[in-house]
Amino acid sequence: MNTATTANGHDVGHDAHEHHPKGVMRWIATTNHKDIGSMYLWFSFAMFLVGGCMALTIRSELFQPGLQIVQPEFFNQLTTLHGLIMVFGAIMPAFVGFANWMLPLQIGASDMAFGRMNNLSFWLLPPAALLLVGSMFVPGGAPAAGWTLYPPLTIQQGMGMDMAIFAIHILGISSIMGSINIITTIFNMRAPGMTLMKMPLFCWTWLVTAFLIIAVMPVFAGVVTMTLTDRHFGTSFFSAAGGGDPVLFQHIFWFFGHPEVYIVIIPGFGVVSQVISTFSRKPLFGYASMVYAVAAIGVLSFTVWAHHMYTTGMPVTAQLYFMYATMFIAVPTGVKIFNWTATMWRGSLSFETPMLFAIGFIFLFTVGGFSGLVLAMVVVDVQMQDTYYVVAHFHYTMVAGALFSAFAGAYYWLPKWTGHMYNEKLGQVHFWLSFVFFNMTFFVQHFLGIAGMPRRIPDYALQFADFNQISTVGAFGFGLSQLLFLYNVITCIKGGPKAPAKPWDGAEGLEWDVPSPAPYHTWEVQPIVK
Amino acid sequence: MTRAAQGVGLLRLAGGVALTMLAQAANAAYRVNFQEPATKIAQTVYDLHMMMMYICGVIFVGVFGVMFYSIVKHRKATGRVAATFHENTTVEILWTVIPTIILLAMVWPVTKTLISMRDATGADITIKATGYQWKWGYDYIKGEGEGIKFKSVLSTPREQIEGKSPKGENYLLEVDNHLVVPVGKKVRILTTAEDVIHAWYVPALAVKQDAVPGFIRDAAFRADREGTFRGQCAELCGKDHGFMPIVVDVVSAEKYSAWVAEQKTKMAAVADDPSKVWTLDELKTRGEVVYTQNCAACHQPTGKGLPPAFPALDGSKIATGPKDGHLGIVLNGKAGTAMAAFGKQLSDAEIAAVVTYERNAWGNKVGDMVQPSEVKALRK
Repeated sequence: MNTATTANGHDVGHDAHEHHPKGVMRWIATTNHKDIGSMYLWFSFAMFLVGGCMALTIRSELFQPGLQIVQPEFFNQLTTLHGLIMVFGAIMPAFVGFANWMLPLQIGASDMAFGRMNNLSFWLLPPAALLLVGSMFVPGGAPAAGWTLYPPLTIQQGMGMDMAIFAIHILGISSIMGSINIITTIFNMRAPGMTLMKMPLFCWTWLVTAFLIIAVMPVFAGVVTMTLTDRHFGTSFFSAAGGGDPVLFQHIFWFFGHPEVYIVIIPGFGVVSQVISTFSRKPLFGYASMVYAVAAIGVLSFTVWAHHMYTTGMPVTAQLYFMYATMFIAVPTGVKIFNWTATMWRGSLSFETPMLFAIGFIFLFTVGGFSGLVLAMVVVDVQMQDTYYVVAHFHYTMVAGALFSAFAGAYYWLPKWTGHMYNEKLGQVHFWLSFVFFNMTFFVQHFLGIAGMPRRIPDYALQFADFNQISTVGAFGFGLSQLLFLYNVITCIKGGPKAPAKPWDGAEGLEWDVPSPAPYHTWEVQPIVK
Repeated sequence: MTRAAQGVGLLRLAGGVALTMLAQAANAAYRVNFQEPATKIAQTVYDLHMMMMYICGVIFVGVFGVMFYSIVKHRKATGRVAATFHENTTVEILWTVIPTIILLAMVWPVTKTLISMRDATGADITIKATGYQWKWGYDYIKGEGEGIKFKSVLSTPREQIEGKSPKGENYLLEVDNHLVVPVGKKVRILTTAEDVIHAWYVPALAVKQDAVPGFIRDAAFRADREGTFRGQCAELCGKDHGFMPIVVDVVSAEKYSAWVAEQKTKMAAVADDPSKVWTLDELKTRGEVVYTQNCAACHQPTGKGLPPAFPALDGSKIATGPKDGHLGIVLNGKAGTAMAAFGKQLSDAEIAAVVTYERNAWGNKVGDMVQPSEVKALRK
């Protein structure tokens, strides 16, 4: 289906055209999608390390019962910042980085539609990150109300809360601009013959994601602004004393928040679909149904938000509606898992690092999907809500889901980006260590949650001690394993075996028709896709 | 090392980890399922969860059985050539429809249980649970025991939390006053909160209900066996969210009646005579108790606080300034901060005592005192 060729035989090697400012101005002023993509990826990895250090501090405190390392107030600040930084600073920018690099290459466009806006949407990120991290150093410290920022607890916070609110505004503007760019590029700049239903699945997943972002980021910005006016300007949206309702916040937040979790995971679906097909040397099974499934997940994601709020005291009819609606999301998600399995069936499989991460993704994301199903059942959720079971569930989807798919994509396209092959053996070690330590960290948290350990507590009863200890050891193993990835990427940029234009024999798509490394300018003359 | 050798090594490692974990699972501390249910609904929830685990397990083994068959048999390394098929409408319809049917079959029994779980009508006893930062208050408002009210505060000593003394068996799951209910009777819990959102959560009773300030929510349970059941606040409520447990004693009807009688006499005995004039020493002694239960979590037993979020009282302008300003902030709280309005939580005598204590404790030596009548006059 995606058998694209450069039919016009145009020479695609344009190294001589690399005229751009040198030094730091190249990066500040750039409108080149590859430069901006690289900056997004580096930024997200840096934030991943910052958020990871916070996670390790949290896990250290939880290594044994009692307060040893941090005090409860600071502990709450760490859990809050860890969540905000990982979701908005690490995972989302990582996939925007992939989109910047790969979308124009995959659809045969010379760049993103709006180069300067693209530049601005990246350069808004560092100030937002500074606000978030900097909030730890102001009087009162960082926000300590959890990444979900439920009032009235947010009303009690110091100015760190206001910094987080402004950071969210800025991040929202950045994501919306990025999404406008992606949608415009996909709709207007596809190569002749590249119909929508011929696009690689990564483009499709980003198209759906971009619409989700545009729909819900304003909602998030709105709800934190209401928090801001409640804090400083005498409104009482979320205070019963003034005629408001604290639970109103949760409804608005999760109307954003549930699509947000799909914003995080859907581009990963795209990466995994392409990687599985490449290393099975077989076209993706059920391309059309994959597209429909992603679109269905996108639409359904707006209809299930209150399953995060079963215990707030909503009427039983509302609980029933949200339970049934949530169950139906399992259907298109199941279709994706079946399609991936069918793609591998009777293929010619090989297991390079991208494939390992993609299979690891499917395996562990399914675990996260099943625990999601368990949580969807209201009566069971009443036992699990706000316990470590939920923490385990969403780390299976966010870490083993989104992060593993990002690793799959990074290893898959590194040869294209750098022109060198990464160290395959080291990549496989990175996968296996990540896989084992990930499960060691998070699988046991299911047990903690079932047994009744609430989340977001700095100290716990004695019966939870053993699993917490295992989890902490796993977390350190997982964190340290990521340094292997950093080392592998850096050595791959600096040298290594020369990568051919198409390093994976089963790969399909326009990005493999340009040389490796991809020249600074590509597809100045659009290819014709048959 | 060859790839095969790597694989064997990894398998060995995984096997070792699995064995260690199995061995440890034998240890009672490694609980891998719900706490023993103490109500019929909790038992149903337990069973439903097991049913889902079995269904999910079968699907998981099925799907990944197919995938791992491919991984083993369809390898390029064995010289396989890939097939070229890429769609099959029949199969695709089947694996959309069958999961839908399975899901509906799973969700139906849940629907029935949910409706009975949420049914809080016909309760024998109604108790209001109020979440405070960071303790629970209980008011028996209907049924046997009506009129009983008390606060329930963590009783684990600070030294255990800080590691200065060995931790007790019920570390962090123990309180000074247990909630007591009779076995076999339907108990309705009304939840609300004074400051931020809390959640009243007792796993063995299968109850978790958010306590939202300004609103009343409800939940119900009927315990079918006697025992002591422990839970915790389940909604992040600030600094000491992890330190406001819930302990429920389910007792026989006779024991419950005896407990109610005992509480009533106790309440009558400690009720303060509103016209009594207190001496400075009486106020300070009582005030220290009130301070420890209500103020020390933030302002610390030393009065030094945890600035800047929780200011020091020792040497503070308010605690050493005019009485009315000091009383005002304790009664009405301070908007936009964690300082709650204690006027609604504490009696006139308690507020008079704690304010007097704060003005004359640590380095504070104002020397004056507040009588309950002054507090009463200040209340609007």
